Amino acid sequence: MKRRDFLQTTAAATVMPALLGGLPIGAYGFSPELFELTGGATQTDHVLVLIQLNGGNDGLNMVIPLDQYPALMNARADIAIAQSEVLPLTQATGFHPAMAGLRNLYQNGKVGVVQSVGYPNPNFSHFRATDIWTSGSDSNVTISSGWAGRYLDSEYPGFPTGFPSTQNPDPLAISIGSVVSNCVQGPTLNMGMAIASTSSFYQLLSGGVDAAPNTPAGHELTFIRQVVQQTQVYNTAIQRAAGRASNLSPLYPAAGVNSLADQLKIVAQLVAGGLQTRIYVCNLGGFDTHVLQVPATGTTSVGTHATLLGKISQAIEAFQDDLARLRVQDRVVGMTFSEFGRRIRANSGKGTDHGAAAPLIVFGTSVNPIIHGTNPVLPASAGVNDNLPMQFDFRSVYASILKDWFQVPQTTLNQLLYRGFPYLPIIRPGVVTGTAAADLNVPGFSVYPNPVRGHATITFEAGGGHVQVTLFDTMGREVQRVADRVLPRGAQQLSLDASALAAGSYYCHVQEGNRVSSRLLAVEN
Amino acid sequence: MDRRSFLRKNTAVLTSPAATQRAPVTTPPAGPPETVSRFANTQLPTTARSSAGLNPYTGPWGAAQAAHLLRRTLFGPTRTQIATAAGQSLTQVINGLLTTPAVPAPPVNVSTTDTSVPVGQTWVNQSFDQAVEGVRRSSLRAWWLGQMLTQTPTLAEKMTLFWHNHFVVEFSEINDARYGYRYAALLRQQALGNFRQLTKDITVSPAMLRYLNGNQSTAGSPNENYGRELLELFTVGKGPIIGPGNYTNYTEADVQAAARVLTGWRDNNVTMTGYFTASRHDTSIKQFSSAFGNVAIPNAGDQEYKALVDLIFNQAETARFLCRKLYRWFVYYVIDATTEADVIEPMAQLLIQSNYDVAPVLRALLSSEHFYDPINFGCLIKSPLDFSLGVARQLQIAFPPATNLVAQYGMWDYLNSITNLQQQVVGDPPNVAGWAAYYQTPQYHEMWINAVTLPRRNQFTDLMISTNGYSRNGARISIDPVTLTLTFPATVASDANLLIAEYATLLVPIPLTPNQLTYLKSVLLPGLPDFEWTVEWQDYLAAPTNAAKRAAVNTKLQLMLRTLMGLAEFHLS
Repeated sequence: MKRRDFLQTTAAATVMPALLGGLPIGAYGFSPELFELTGGATQTDHVLVLIQLNGGNDGLNMVIPLDQYPALMNARADIAIAQSEVLPLTQATGFHPAMAGLRNLYQNGKVGVVQSVGYPNPNFSHFRATDIWTSGSDSNVTISSGWAGRYLDSEYPGFPTGFPSTQNPDPLAISIGSVVSNCVQGPTLNMGMAIASTSSFYQLLSGGVDAAPNTPAGHELTFIRQVVQQTQVYNTAIQRAAGRASNLSPLYPAAGVNSLADQLKIVAQLVAGGLQTRIYVCNLGGFDTHVLQVPATGTTSVGTHATLLGKISQAIEAFQDDLARLRVQDRVVGMTFSEFGRRIRANSGKGTDHGAAAPLIVFGTSVNPIIHGTNPVLPASAGVNDNLPMQFDFRSVYASILKDWFQVPQTTLNQLLYRGFPYLPIIRPGVVTGTAAADLNVPGFSVYPNPVRGHATITFEAGGGHVQVTLFDTMGREVQRVADRVLPRGAQQLSLDASALAAGSYYCHVQEGNRVSSRLLAVEN
Repeated sequence: MDRRSFLRKNTAVLTSPAATQRAPVTTPPAGPPETVSRFANTQLPTTARSSAGLNPYTGPWGAAQAAHLLRRTLFGPTRTQIATAAGQSLTQVINGLLTTPAVPAPPVNVSTTDTSVPVGQTWVNQSFDQAVEGVRRSSLRAWWLGQMLTQTPTLAEKMTLFWHNHFVVEFSEINDARYGYRYAALLRQQALGNFRQLTKDITVSPAMLRYLNGNQSTAGSPNENYGRELLELFTVGKGPIIGPGNYTNYTEADVQAAARVLTGWRDNNVTMTGYFTASRHDTSIKQFSSAFGNVAIPNAGDQEYKALVDLIFNQAETARFLCRKLYRWFVYYVIDATTEADVIEPMAQLLIQSNYDVAPVLRALLSSEHFYDPINFGCLIKSPLDFSLGVARQLQIAFPPATNLVAQYGMWDYLNSITNLQQQVVGDPPNVAGWAAYYQTPQYHEMWINAVTLPRRNQFTDLMISTNGYSRNGARISIDPVTLTLTFPATVASDANLLIAEYATLLVPIPLTPNQLTYLKSVLLPGLPDFEWTVEWQDYLAAPTNAAKRAAVNTKLQLMLRTLMGLAEFHLS
């Protein structure tokens, strides 16, 4: 079945309303009729989520080149992750041990990695480098609009005149957090709006939720705030979308613990609630790790940077799980970016200074779940000013996503980014061509009950080949091999004895040939 | 149900109320755009008011008090003006505010349409020509706005606008910009002068004679229009109705008597003056009611109107009426019994004692314990002129110089279009009563803010803080936050917390909460430690001609100021 047909069937099938958290929701499947109404120049229900990691993320400790350990230890013994703790993705490349969730998604075909993304003549100023990344400019050119803003401007000419309208009732872009992102700055006006939460975003726009004082000034302030709230033109649309869907994933941490997870929860809710917004921007700050990115003493696998990477991993894993449960996962892809990576060599304060190229993560069921490019090659003994050279221009990533995900023609791309950039298969080729891609997941895979006490049943459809069923802990260590043999084609049920395991989270991993799936499993005693 | 129509309903379905929708915040307004906010007062607020009276203020004098005084008396004080005032004594500052500045040069022709005079020369003495009335009126309005924009730190412009709102004429009604200029010049001349004299002068000014039909008032057919507004809106004001045609302070018969006093005056569009024609004047004795002590005014020809004004000004209610208006202009719109007794009444007595000179009353009010009671800080909602000129002045937008008059007037004209969108344009109050914000109870100043005008204010600040700003006639205006920040003390400019506090103190009249300041910092420095601002700012200072380094700090300052100007507090004065 073609993806397009499938989506059209979904739209027609909305006569039977899907239930999300007990709420009936409107159609959000693909149909030409629906797209006729959504108004953009290109008919699409695709959503792009940008996650900005503010401060300059230390890419070398996030995506670790396992084949470079001598050089890595020469340059940053103080902060490097012990090789045994790295979560391997391939033989040569692994994730920071705090990123078990992302590794799990990688193994499930929902994460890709783009190595060493940067641009010629890197800038080491936070502000300037952020401007370069958000505007899509050359290093020596100042452009005040954002790359995604120019895309939206090309799709919705004339904004904001006449917006919102019946055809475009929803914001074109939403920044979750304090401020509209420069990524979505259009040629004249910002194409986005900032919301803090679906229930109280107006308070953030108006500068906080603090009560007005009980004075004449407070009386007038309250009045003006009410009008501010009234005039947020997208207020109603957002509230209604939020009212139509609830987050379903149990993987989200409690509110306030992981701000990125809190932001992505809102994105999932709004996407599932039918908001037609195409671009969301989220933020996670704190990556400016000049000092003590690892603890002063003890293991390097915890500490400030590990906590940040753990937040990314946990947030994206919960988000993907939520999107799947909300049945919108095929509509959403995301990417992380940071204004720069950090130096190869650690400084004397167990930190790293401003650097250049760094890897970025793309995620979603529609991304190509591969590692683009090769590990960076480190100098045998890096000096204090040595930086990682770029393999991919960041605008190649933008252009490829715009081209494959939003069907932007090459000529338009060249205008939006001022020239052409090499193509990268960021989006899975099967998604791009509209043909059914080879299914990279193991069908019918489930573990029941979950949480498990004692015994659980693992079920999946085998294809008749050699199957490995393995249990890993969240540090990526194998704790149990349930099966490692040829199984007959068809439904399989395997028994899992978890009675000897310590309480906690584990990944149950099934692989047959190039198909692989894993599930997060909670073990209770 | 037709399936296609069902599918077509998707968008509507998506935006229709869901069964479990969260508490409804708002619903889109039906029908025409609102002109009065649905959130505005439905009764006068009962928030606590000051119990302080008109006694001289003797408390601390610093930046907070100086800023309060200048916010209320100027169209947006600059950082330097506040600092200068804080460094002086209150008396010195008031002395400066009450100084009448030099008479400005008249408006000039900036249009090639008007060939009566060259571009750059004044048209105010040329003969009337309907074909160029439009461009002259634009020139006049632009000029007036320019006077407010470029004001020296005196009360002259704020009081000129006060008198404009009091003795209203509408340029579009009188249809002669030359009259309009003379009217504006008269208001400016008496801005800090004598209320009674101004009333006499305005009564026989050509603009007012035309606007309220005094020029059509003859003995045989007196026109009551001016006589009525003189009593109802310009002097004693309308009191409670205590009998048929009796408004306490005057009666319908008084209106008729006043109209007869004023018969015989017309305007001359060659001399551009009011003139008296004895043959059109009602020479009979005009009998006034007990509200005026049953006084009768005998025929006195072209001097008779002065006797009428003097009679009206013998009524203490005239002083009270004006003082309430001054109070609402400078302090707040709620006048409770305490304020009436302890502020309005002493002001009125002072006005009478001073023979209706307004300066002593302004001095008393603006030096009073009442004015500096912190409860009166920040409670005025900025008028569109306060708001728009305040943005330009407080953020020190550079306007085209006088050497390029066409561009200069062009930008002043642009600002008029901006305040017009916000429902206030100089030269054309909506009607003879002035702008509703100053009289419409119980909404008063809240009249300025509604679902239409608030976004227009935000659009203006967003445009001014954008890199491109606004361009006309080859000139461009925008806020230049880097240049402005460079005028701050170096230790303030390079410290994220001090920098934000400095801008907040300048731009909003009540303290922001720690949450709000943190929020502004998250805009200036998203996800970065405070010291990175210092690093980036010093990097720029080390290479001030490096465009990329300047752009780096400029972008952040723009975002922070855009957010600050988006706060509800920014609409308060």
